[in-house]
Amino acid sequence: MSLTTVSGSGSAPLLSIQRVSRRYGPVIALDDVSLDIARGEFFALLGPSGCGKTTLMRCVAGFETPDSGELLLDGEDLAGMPPYRRPVNMMFQSYALFPHLDVFENVAFGLRRQGLNKETIAGRVRALLQLTQLDSYGSRKINELSGGQRQRVALARALAPGPRLLLLDEPLGALDRKLREETQFHLKKIQRETGTSFMIVTHDQDEALALADRVAVMRAGRIEQVASPNDIYERPASRFVAGFVGDTNFIDGVVVFDSAPYLLTDFGRIALSTCCLPDGRRATLSVRPEDIHARHDGPGISGIVEEFVFRGDNTLLRVRVGNDVILRVATWDMRFSVGESVMLQFPLDTPALFAEEI
Amino acid sequence: MKKAQTLSRGQRLVLLAPYLWIVAFLLAPLILILKISFSHTVLARPPYRPIFELSEGLAGFWTKAQTFTFDAYRVLFTDSLYINAYISSLTIAAVATLVTLLVAYPFALAMARAPEKWRPFLIGLAAAPFWTSFLIRVYAWIALLKDEGLINKGLIALGLIDAPIQMFATRFAVVIGIVYSYLPFMLLPLYAALERQNPALREASADLGATPMQTFLRVTLPLSREGIIAGVLLVFIPAVGEFVIPDLLGGSDTLMIGRTLWNDFFANHDWPTASAAAVLLLVLLIAPLAALERMRFGQKDLRP
Repeated sequence: MSLTTVSGSGSAPLLSIQRVSRRYGPVIALDDVSLDIARGEFFALLGPSGCGKTTLMRCVAGFETPDSGELLLDGEDLAGMPPYRRPVNMMFQSYALFPHLDVFENVAFGLRRQGLNKETIAGRVRALLQLTQLDSYGSRKINELSGGQRQRVALARALAPGPRLLLLDEPLGALDRKLREETQFHLKKIQRETGTSFMIVTHDQDEALALADRVAVMRAGRIEQVASPNDIYERPASRFVAGFVGDTNFIDGVVVFDSAPYLLTDFGRIALSTCCLPDGRRATLSVRPEDIHARHDGPGISGIVEEFVFRGDNTLLRVRVGNDVILRVATWDMRFSVGESVMLQFPLDTPALFAEEI
Repeated sequence: MKKAQTLSRGQRLVLLAPYLWIVAFLLAPLILILKISFSHTVLARPPYRPIFELSEGLAGFWTKAQTFTFDAYRVLFTDSLYINAYISSLTIAAVATLVTLLVAYPFALAMARAPEKWRPFLIGLAAAPFWTSFLIRVYAWIALLKDEGLINKGLIALGLIDAPIQMFATRFAVVIGIVYSYLPFMLLPLYAALERQNPALREASADLGATPMQTFLRVTLPLSREGIIAGVLLVFIPAVGEFVIPDLLGGSDTLMIGRTLWNDFFANHDWPTASAAAVLLLVLLIAPLAALERMRFGQKDLRP
């Protein structure tokens, strides 16, 4: 389709962020961040508010200037290049649609700046309105649109100039839950169809995992982990990542090497599949609720069901083990009642073991 | 008007108060002036006829109303004095309004883009001239503009000119006076319009490839339209009828309708002509007002 951007040859990254730092007075927004984004990739910057993800995106767009470090787009240094000359477009969190222009003119805004002729502009705007399912809305004013429609106008407008990299700042943040999921599929489809590289900023872990090919989890101006959504979820690189992405149990204990390594906790031993920590080291193991199996009998660590919550596709148990440890366990078995004793089996694979932060 | 029917008695009463105010203090004097403008001049006190008495009843009212004339209006359209005064008032006011807009816009823009904590202070500064008397401020301009005034003396001292430039008692001085006096009235609505613009809109414009100039022309300027319209009305309308500034700064050959009116009322005792001039002025001002209001609401056909 005509909206596809020309993809370059070779495996050189589209955007290379090299040791970028930015501070606001005493606050460090970006602390020596390095990151590569590949051509055609759907990349997510995930983190809590104030972690620097928006600052990083604004540095790429040209609205912020890094104090140090380099931004290379296709090998070209972006330093000193004003936003209006960068081949990068941004979809704003507030959408920032022009209220004095109709939908057509909003989408055409970037094309008009490129000095294209009328027919080309009209054709391209129509194609984009079709792509975003806004065919019949060209002459509508922005204030006559619903939230979801505005979101799509913002997307079409940002795609119109054919950016090499599209930046999306919390693109689904203002939508309600139901619309959000529908829009996620839609965004993925558009990204695939246009072949444009997308870089999305979000604080919503579900959104990042659902949309992106790769996710960078940020915290306090630093990148904690860059990996595929699956690896981020299954093999978190830090306690922070494990806690921020998805639901988890943190189990404190001491690493003990016997014949095989295990974690000695207040309530028993948990076998460790791999362990690169020394004997006697205090550590925390992250185990997802769905990775713990609860049974009525058999081997395992015994606990008492304190509470359970039916969640539709599964049931979440709060199980007391030992004296004062509560574990969250997801189960499909619904035959548990409060006060009942259960046997918990821990997963064989335990990649998420973190040394106690000193 | 279905909505009006749903108003409760209390709401109607509340609405009635401002309407009564307008009728008593705006409409009634206006009707009086309209009546006088159809009368004829006499050497008496008050200097016009007919005068209506309540005791004469409807029949008396009717006989007297038949003596109404359009003489005063005829004078306005035949005497070149009035025509020139209108034209010169409208031109001076238009030029002064344009200059005020050009001066105020960058100011308002700078105020709106200043750090948030400075803004109340800057607004205070913009309103600071109101703290001294308007008359005194206009008098001060005489001291600045006259031949041996500060500006001419300064220019001579700098060796830029040999002889003083005549600025005082010219149209130029009147324009300066109007621009100076009405600047806050332009500044504040412009500031209000610019200040509430979402800064993300400018970023979006730049992001889409618009240079700072294009962003100003395509985004900032059209979005400040309401402020421009409000400011222009607030300056242009009182400027057309301005009396004090042309009287003090304009000298004898700057004719503005405000001064002509004043002369007719107080020097010539020609109340009907003065009233007719005032009525015509009102009509002249309502026309652009209506046009601008229409522009403000008819935004549909706005495409760059």
